[in-house]
Amino acid sequence: MNTAVLKQLFAFIQKEFYHVFRDRKTLLMLFGVPIAQVLLFGFVLSNEIKGSRIVVCDYAKDYGSQEIIRKIEASKYFKVQKAALTHDQIEAELRSGNIKMAVIFPDHFYNDLSHLNKAQIQIIADASDPNTATTLTSYLTSIINDYQAEALAQTNVSQTIVPQVKMLYNPELLGAPNFVPGVMALVLMLICAMMTSIAIVKEKEMGTMEILLVSPLKPYLVILAKTIPYLLVSLLNLAAILLMSVYLLDLAIKGSVLLLFLESTLFIISCLALGLWISVGAESQMAAMMTSQMSLMLPTMMLTGFMFPIENMPIWMQGISYIVPSRYYYTIVKAIMLQGLGFSAIWRETLVLAFITFVLIVVNIRKFKIRLA
Amino acid sequence: MDNIAIKADKLTKRFGDFVAVDAITFDVKQGEIFGFVGANGAGKTTAMRILCGLSVPTSGTATVAGFDVYKQAEEIKKNIGYMSQKFSLYEDLTVMENITFYAGIYGLSDKEIKDRGAELLDRLGITAEAKTFVGSLPLGWKQKLAFSVAVIHRPKIVFLDEPTGGVDPVTRRQFWDLIYEASDRGITAFVTTHYMDEAEYCGRVSVMVDGRIDAFDTPANLKKQFSVNSMNEVFYQLARGAKRKAD
Repeated sequence: MNTAVLKQLFAFIQKEFYHVFRDRKTLLMLFGVPIAQVLLFGFVLSNEIKGSRIVVCDYAKDYGSQEIIRKIEASKYFKVQKAALTHDQIEAELRSGNIKMAVIFPDHFYNDLSHLNKAQIQIIADASDPNTATTLTSYLTSIINDYQAEALAQTNVSQTIVPQVKMLYNPELLGAPNFVPGVMALVLMLICAMMTSIAIVKEKEMGTMEILLVSPLKPYLVILAKTIPYLLVSLLNLAAILLMSVYLLDLAIKGSVLLLFLESTLFIISCLALGLWISVGAESQMAAMMTSQMSLMLPTMMLTGFMFPIENMPIWMQGISYIVPSRYYYTIVKAIMLQGLGFSAIWRETLVLAFITFVLIVVNIRKFKIRLA
Repeated sequence: MDNIAIKADKLTKRFGDFVAVDAITFDVKQGEIFGFVGANGAGKTTAMRILCGLSVPTSGTATVAGFDVYKQAEEIKKNIGYMSQKFSLYEDLTVMENITFYAGIYGLSDKEIKDRGAELLDRLGITAEAKTFVGSLPLGWKQKLAFSVAVIHRPKIVFLDEPTGGVDPVTRRQFWDLIYEASDRGITAFVTTHYMDEAEYCGRVSVMVDGRIDAFDTPANLKKQFSVNSMNEVFYQLARGAKRKAD
């Protein structure tokens, strides 16, 4: 690109930023919605944990179990109810929602601990609300660890209590920290595809597109100038979502941040291409918005596995999910963020995503040419 | 030949069986104000899109500013200005931002943008409104601003597609003063219009019926030829014979 073309591009991008920053509705969509979604999905789900009702079944009734139960009772997170329930009774209680978790001390707990230096505690949690289940379990584990540390300080003998954690109803904890990758896919799709398509259709509606086509601007410059601002805004949003996850929701990014951004850029480009595709067909901003919502937002919510596990869907729906770019992005983000995996674990998804993006770009270039002829 | 701005010879555009533009032949002189009139659906817009480099003709030849419409669309685009019937400035940008944007995409330098922008504001008498959002200007001002922006890169030819739609008569008159001024500076104006009083202002007028040019001369000669007193009657006599329905 020579400097003259760069100057044209710059003038255009500057104009696009004026549009973005002057329209309150656009601003709200671009920055308000992502923040609200992260907060809604994250905070509301994970913050109501104080005073959770749990049941403690103490079959040991010895010094050790009493000591730990006292600590649990002292914690503000739990409201303890003591009862010697059978396994079936515990399940019934969990199912009815009366309790969130059950803690079971087996016979001879303290005896095992002081003679074998090793004992077990069973924890059964209701994982249908996976966020709460993990949080409660980790609170409890930290209380147990606390007890062990004190015991070590007193006796100088290292004793190990092994918590046997059992997550009922949702053993893989689908849903919990998974919402962040899901929201990322959703937000990027929203901003890139929907906002780009609206921005382009707006030019058509206003009649300014004609002027742009008559000008010496090359069509690819129009497309670049229309998409670059949203690419930048999307990356900014991505950074904001990640910062919020790390600092507000305590969800650490386990893998490479650079890889995450590179993969996100690929996904963003595919979303921008989708937005362009919609804008070529749509005649009004309303139509562009409806098309984006029906054909992009819904599949992103339903078919990526972020709200409902894909494995449980009918085969034909699973089939559709294979062409939804967000599905691959969601898997990629989960692998990088939550599992800390590297590129070798996600190259297949990356390849598919790159292929979809490539096809979309080719289709767009052809469509754009046809329209000009 | 230097003083010919647009030349079309048997220019034709077909869409399948439909002949939108049927072998039209005409020429426009440099600096001339050329009226391109015709009923809706007569083929004006298609012809104009060809001349602007947006559409490739099926047959015939045409040059715009000396460039071939088949091979040199990019060169044509650099040498023309265009103003559409829809209002074509960005309402959420200020007057000066619109000027900067359009001048920028035509590749003017920063200094040129500054100088010509100031000159344009001065000529329209809206220097004080440079930082006003275009959306809050009265329609007449907007139209005049849109025209001035369309010629800010000093094109050889400016295409005006029904530029005065919805504008009151006084503003229309003022708008035509701007076209005359541009013409005096040597800019050719190619104007489509529905208003026959505006056709009277043009140097020469072509009347399109069913894709053909059925009449082509100065307004005075056309009136003489059809033995009537106004362009309105000329147009009416020609358009009555049209077979195509307006869409």
